[in-house]
Amino acid sequence: MAQPNSTYAIHTESLCRDFGALRVVNDVSLAVPAGSVFGFLGPNGAGKTTTIRLLLGLLEPTSGRAEVLGFDSRTQGGEVRTRAGALLEFPGLYERLTAEDNLEFYGRVWRMPGPERAARIKELLTHLELWDRRKEIVGTWSRGMKQKLAVARAILHRPKVIFLDEPTAGLDPVAAAALREDLIGLVARESVTVFLTTHNLSEAERLCGLVGVIRQGRLLAVGPPDDLRAGSGRPQVEIEGSGFTEEAMEKLREQPEVAGLEVRDGRLQIELRDDASVAPLVRLLVYEGAAVEEVRKRRASLEEAFLSLMAEEPHD
Amino acid sequence: MTDTLTVLSKELREMLLQGGRRGKTALLVFVAVFGVFLPWQSGRYWVTSPISLIYFSWLPLMQVISVIADAFAGERERHTLETLLASRLPDRAILFGKLGAAIAYGWGFTMVAMVVGLITTNVASWDGELTMYSPGMAAAILASSILTALMAAGAGILISLRAATVRQAQQTLGLIMMGLTFVPILGIQALPHDMRRELFTQLAAGGTVNFVLLLFLLGAIVDAVLLAAAMARFRRSRLILD
Repeated sequence: MAQPNSTYAIHTESLCRDFGALRVVNDVSLAVPAGSVFGFLGPNGAGKTTTIRLLLGLLEPTSGRAEVLGFDSRTQGGEVRTRAGALLEFPGLYERLTAEDNLEFYGRVWRMPGPERAARIKELLTHLELWDRRKEIVGTWSRGMKQKLAVARAILHRPKVIFLDEPTAGLDPVAAAALREDLIGLVARESVTVFLTTHNLSEAERLCGLVGVIRQGRLLAVGPPDDLRAGSGRPQVEIEGSGFTEEAMEKLREQPEVAGLEVRDGRLQIELRDDASVAPLVRLLVYEGAAVEEVRKRRASLEEAFLSLMAEEPHD
Repeated sequence: MTDTLTVLSKELREMLLQGGRRGKTALLVFVAVFGVFLPWQSGRYWVTSPISLIYFSWLPLMQVISVIADAFAGERERHTLETLLASRLPDRAILFGKLGAAIAYGWGFTMVAMVVGLITTNVASWDGELTMYSPGMAAAILASSILTALMAAGAGILISLRAATVRQAQQTLGLIMMGLTFVPILGIQALPHDMRRELFTQLAAGGTVNFVLLLFLLGAIVDAVLLAAAMARFRRSRLILD
């Protein structure tokens, strides 16, 4: 069968999935460009894992459609799975087998020729600093090591698209940071499309070029993290110093650039209208006798943008 | 076929590692009892008596039951099933790989016990010439052990497909096998005396060979039904949701 062409690695149209009376995925339309890292963000039970299962053809949609690499997930699930790698909710490793045996098995599953399989296993385990421990039974390993091995398994056969379902969940901060570094390196080297679900918003901010926010099965927003941040709340400036008198604050409030301000813990926090310049405000403060030591302009973090989306009332 | 063999070899490897040292000791005890102790006690009778046909029909059943519950329920319990289902493996390769591994395990150890038993009999009762199974008996043992291994594997897969845990699968399978063993015996005993005598007369009139062939035919039908049911019930989406 000829492989269909598509500029998007993942494309869904009004994707829905019901479990009984409960709609778990509700009218999700997504387009993830090939070669990008897409972060799928949402609280527990938002429908992230179900969406991955639908994309992999492990579940059938109630309505709508999903395409991965141009293949319909419902009717061509096998084609999708042949070209995809997945690290799902659990590492999914055979704990009675050694690390090498686990990768060997999945290498055979993907029909990698013997020499290529051996070279690839060595390459990945060496890169993830697991090569010396390849003969150990996986059941004896720490969660972080298992997760690393599961990442290696997911990309072993050089898939064109990888689904990672909360890859750093349950890891301690050091292990999570190390795994993140490994992921960044691997994704850059392998140049694949990554569909990543995570609760960790700084992780998403760091790894993803595009993020989608889902709540109660409904996609609330999609875009680059910068756009999501920009769309959530106004830019802010934080000024450290002293002499923030009431008169100075009154004059600041009268400025058209200022949407609001407050002094908290000796720091002046000003909410700006759009992309207003800070310099005239600082000048005014100095003119009014304030001693300015440090000025920091900041936008809402992805976490703030996410929380603001979560706080919005559902539209249903 | 390659995919089926890939799954089969992984399954066999896991089966042999199952239970660690204790598991391996249990297998050695199995071979020691049915390959050394009983043949040593029975002498030539171990090879010539039709009782060995019953032994070698029952042994693979026990061996397969000890591993088949783990096939899907074990993967589900250990959270490896979804990753396996998310791979490129076709449904049939997963199903037949697991079935094949359980049969190879149960039937393989039965054959090992049979060969060791043959050696033991010859060593224990050596009278200058080799004691061998008659061709008919050897064929009957091979056929019956395969059929019972397949029956246990088919029933076990069906239960394992839906069971949440290995323990649940084992308990259900144990109950079914107990039912399969005792219901026919109790059923025959419950028949009125005249009817029972008539049944045995009819069976005897047909001859032992015909009776055994009839049993094989019934076994083959049951195996085919179980296999078809397992194939029909193997659905990725159902396995994920279960």
